[in-house]
Amino acid sequence: MHSRTSELPGLHGLSAFAGAPAPPPYPERPLLGPPLRDSAREGLKIAIVGGFGAGKTTMVGAISEIPPLSTEETMSGAGVGIDEPVGASRKTRTTVAFDFGRITLDEERVLYLFGAPGQERFWFLWDRLFSGTLGAVVLVDTRRIADSWYAIDRLEHLGVPFVVARNNFSPPDHSLDELRDALTLPPHVPLVDCDARKRHSVKRVLIALTRHVIARTADPAGPAGPAGPWPAAWPGGAP
Amino acid sequence: MTRGPVNSGEPDRLYTLTGGRAPASASAFDLVTLVVGEGEPARGMQSEHIRILRMCHRPVAVVELSARLALPVGVVKVLLGDLLAAGRISARPPRSAAHGGEHRPPPPDTLKKVLRALQNL
Repeated sequence: MHSRTSELPGLHGLSAFAGAPAPPPYPERPLLGPPLRDSAREGLKIAIVGGFGAGKTTMVGAISEIPPLSTEETMSGAGVGIDEPVGASRKTRTTVAFDFGRITLDEERVLYLFGAPGQERFWFLWDRLFSGTLGAVVLVDTRRIADSWYAIDRLEHLGVPFVVARNNFSPPDHSLDELRDALTLPPHVPLVDCDARKRHSVKRVLIALTRHVIARTADPAGPAGPAGPWPAAWPGGAP
Repeated sequence: MTRGPVNSGEPDRLYTLTGGRAPASASAFDLVTLVVGEGEPARGMQSEHIRILRMCHRPVAVVELSARLALPVGVVKVLLGDLLAAGRISARPPRSAAHGGEHRPPPPDTLKKVLRALQNL
């Protein structure tokens, strides 16, 4: 879908500025959905983490005011965190695609939801997505519970507040308590049911997360989470 | 769902766009930094700079620019760094990531406003 061209980008720019009826030199995706308000001042982030097929994009799309968009982030090995698996090259350059959507919260604030792949090899992306994030939702596909273990471990380790949402595309076979045991999820981490296709259900998950974050911020050592201080510095350094 | 490969298959072009500069020159931008254009494109500007300026008559987040331009986030940050240095755009960084390089959660008053807004959705 991307046409190759041997012309220099700058030449396109000149002709475009002169008003020549040339087609756009490169593909450009239209804005589907409302633009941000002129008064928008602050972008906020929530990461939705889950394994392949867990429903991350579905969840973003259920509540986003724009159709979910996809883009890519590239990172060189130099910035990869200290928790990189032993033996992995530090000079690799990795590219990963991720989805996102947005919700205008009020006159000034807009919340971005990022669908983050939960596998270990994508951890470098998390560092960026989670820097300054409000918190995370771990979306669990009950057919593949093991996919969530790593994500939960990492979030706990970093002290990022999160809730776990069981995505019920079909009626669940087990109770939430059984799931909590299977995930070895600490009691202070909220575990909720949801249907990632339903707006009101996703809204409830985001509210549960925000409440959890507020409780933890008010009392970091309290029942909402003994995970310690908020990470002062992220493994990847400043994004 | 808007799917499609970003232009990462054309490394030469991306190199041309950024002059080979590392994304480190663009570390001023977060994924959710909101960018607003300051004025119209000028004659002789690089076409990607013009395209960005045309997209940010109103505030737009870095990550949205990346998706709409079909360019990797790092490349867009470099281009935005050029525009910021030239005074062509202004940037509204997220408050929660703007504490001297240390990343903090959003302040309590922001969290309460987020909660209220989500409840009213």
